[in-house]
Amino acid sequence: MNNVISMSGVTKTFGRTRALDGLDLQVSAGEVHGFLGPNGAGKSTTIRVLLGLLRADAGTVRMLDGDPWKDAVALHRRLAYVPGDVTLWPNLSGGEVIDLLGRLRGGLDKSRKADLIERFELDPRKKGRAYSKGNRQKVALIAALASDVELYLFDEPTSGLDPLMEAVFTDCVGELRARGRTVLLSSHILAEVEKLCDRVSIIRDGRVVETGTLAELRHLTRTTITAELIGAPNGLSGVHGLKVDGNRVTFQVDSGDLDEALRQLSASGVRSLTSQPPTLEELFMRHYTGAAR
Amino acid sequence: MTGTLSLVRLILRRDRIVLPLWVIILGVLPISQTSGIRGLYSTPQELEAFAASMRATPAFSALYGPLLDSTAPALGIWRAGFIPVIIALASVLMVIRHTRVEEESGRRELLGSTVLSRNAALSAALIVTSGASAVLGLTVFATFAGTYPVAGAAAAGLGYFLVGAVFAAVGAVAAQLTESASAARAIGLSALGVFFLVRMAATVSEATWLSWLSPLSWGQKLRPFAGEEWWPALLLVAGFVVLAYAAYALSARRDVGAGLLPPSLGPAEAAPGLSSPLALAWRMHRGPLIGWSAGMAFAGLVIGSAAQAASDALAGNETVMRMLTAMGAAGGVGDLFIAMLVSVFGLGVAGYAIQAALKARGEESLGRAEPLLAAAVSRVGWAGSHVFFAFAGPAIALLVAGAGVGLSYGLAGGDVGTQLPRTIGAALSQLPAAWTLAGLALALFGLLPRLTALAWGVLLLFLLFGQVGAVLELPRALLDLSPFTHSPRLPGGDVSAAPLLIMAGIAAALTAAGLYGLRRRDIQV
Ligand SMILES: Nc1ncnc2c1ncn2[C@@H]1O[C@H](COP(=O)(O)OP(=O)(O)OP(=O)(O)O)[C@@H](O)[C@H]1O
Ligand SMILES: [Mg+2]
Repeated sequence: MNNVISMSGVTKTFGRTRALDGLDLQVSAGEVHGFLGPNGAGKSTTIRVLLGLLRADAGTVRMLDGDPWKDAVALHRRLAYVPGDVTLWPNLSGGEVIDLLGRLRGGLDKSRKADLIERFELDPRKKGRAYSKGNRQKVALIAALASDVELYLFDEPTSGLDPLMEAVFTDCVGELRARGRTVLLSSHILAEVEKLCDRVSIIRDGRVVETGTLAELRHLTRTTITAELIGAPNGLSGVHGLKVDGNRVTFQVDSGDLDEALRQLSASGVRSLTSQPPTLEELFMRHYTGAAR
Repeated sequence: MTGTLSLVRLILRRDRIVLPLWVIILGVLPISQTSGIRGLYSTPQELEAFAASMRATPAFSALYGPLLDSTAPALGIWRAGFIPVIIALASVLMVIRHTRVEEESGRRELLGSTVLSRNAALSAALIVTSGASAVLGLTVFATFAGTYPVAGAAAAGLGYFLVGAVFAAVGAVAAQLTESASAARAIGLSALGVFFLVRMAATVSEATWLSWLSPLSWGQKLRPFAGEEWWPALLLVAGFVVLAYAAYALSARRDVGAGLLPPSLGPAEAAPGLSSPLALAWRMHRGPLIGWSAGMAFAGLVIGSAAQAASDALAGNETVMRMLTAMGAAGGVGDLFIAMLVSVFGLGVAGYAIQAALKARGEESLGRAEPLLAAAVSRVGWAGSHVFFAFAGPAIALLVAGAGVGLSYGLAGGDVGTQLPRTIGAALSQLPAAWTLAGLALALFGLLPRLTALAWGVLLLFLLFGQVGAVLELPRALLDLSPFTHSPRLPGGDVSAAPLLIMAGIAAALTAAGLYGLRRRDIQV
């Protein structure tokens, strides 16, 4: 499968801050790729390098078979971008901004635009300054989604949207995926990522620390087991965070060690057992807080 | 008043370099003007003759206000008559900088959620700005009081202080009216422009009653070193109180971040033409362009008719005519008058040129360049749209200014056909100098984007060169740095194409350097 985005060893420093530190990122055609990481990890910087707004200090960057820095104008006809913090021109109406950005990108679909304006419940006649944060975000989203392009770059696109509008956005991305478009979605909202993304990359301190499908990542997480035993528990090895309260035990276990742990439990006789499936949240928490992997 | 004091400290910290600099430079200028004059004209007779020649040249009165006496300090204070205008300019900009700019950038909201009372920012900005004028006034008092009558020194210092305070309040009102800092600046500076024109009209025309309408004239009604009058100070105090009260009242009636003038609805779809960076730039530049053109046309009309009145009044005065010819004004009083004021147009339009050029940087730092550059717009194409207006805007403003002068001057003299091309040419001859400052701003934008404000500092420096260069006998090489030194004195003077072409070339080279830098650097917010 060919890669729409391919970055390797990308470094970018601002003064003394090393925003990207040997970043590798591959996004293949037709996938919705989640891009997660704590504040200041370098997500926006990565996307701005891809847009040719920032010049990488080192490493190679390819996007849509071009060089984002040198071929910026040509590449930008084939992509749409939504920043996380949209600022509009105070004396232009939302409708004007949507049309302008669409035209500058090389045209937008009128009926799609009308449809999106209705779904996002935007009043396009308001002037830039009169929009609330969420409504400014909607203007940029509509402008991007109304263009039919190969690649969509979203940098925390739903920040400030209410849950209803978030759902509309989720639907829209679903439609993009159905049409075979490629999406890079930076987000802090795990539910959004779980629902939308085929693959995710987790970035920390300017480096991608984990990448794969959700199933692969889930595999890396631990299942939480709570069991009431008939006899006293003995010899539970290879588990984490073991808590014993009489005949009741609670612990986490790596997916690989699950089988062995259950064998040991049944040795003491099991009265009841609940298992909590691994959540991505836990995985992210571990990466975000920098706890031992 | 919770937090006002800590905000005052914050402002003083942020402006710890600029503030002392302008207070000291402007504060010592009047005494250096005075010493300069005393050095050149040592006897009362010489001073009297100098005063007479100044009175005979209405262009000076137009710029500085009426000349009240012929002693050295009276002449010095009068010759520094442009200083209150600069103080007023700085005060307006400073108050807006610490109120509306903060609000627009959202920093105000961040602070507002802490323990600040709602008017803390406004109070702090007024306190610091008026305080700066007070220190400036004290500097003037202290520098004069040793050598010259104390009463005169006090009147001069008080005048500077109160004019600064009144314009701080003008800035405070302007900051309440609109949501954007640039619109607030436009309102504040237009008010200053109108007050300046009113002072000018009051000085050069019959209608002296006009002087009651401009705070810039009120300061001069204190008559420093010319039989001081104290009660006009009350007028300034009243002006300050009324304006400051208005600012607080307006502030109480609106929300943080909002303006008083309600936002209106726009079209749901863009017009077919709105499809290029240039079309978007037009939407951003048309307001200032219309404002500047209207202001310059009006100023031109006033100056043209004042020039005609002056040349009529002096037509029969042999001595004056001979002196003027000696000063190089072969065309007579009217031409000399127009030439002087046209050079002021040049400075004003240079300010406009910088403002228009730095719009590009403003767009970048507000994050509004990013969506355009993320579409199929090249950096040069985007910046070029602002470059276009930075060059064309000043040209249009000078064109209508020249046309205004020519129309009213020519109509009064019955020779519009002859005057119009002369005055338009004269106004346009200032264009290359103004362009060099647009070029400088663009070079900074491309190469040193965090230092674009330097362009304003350089303009202020050139402005001071023009005002005090001759009196302080600054070295020629220094004065030659200013493009305005190389602008011809038109109408009536000699022109050579070389300096104009060289300045246009420098402007183009600086612009090219800026665009080259922009293509290679990061887009920064
Ligand atoms: N123009 C800049 N100048 C200096 N430092 C910068 C600049 N832009 C980003 N940084 C720094 O680079 C690092 C990465 O920032 P970036 O905006 O890419 O993070 P992010 O992952 O998008 O974070 P968030 O989730 O908060 O949006 C941060 O430490 C930030 O402070
Ligand atoms: Mg970010």
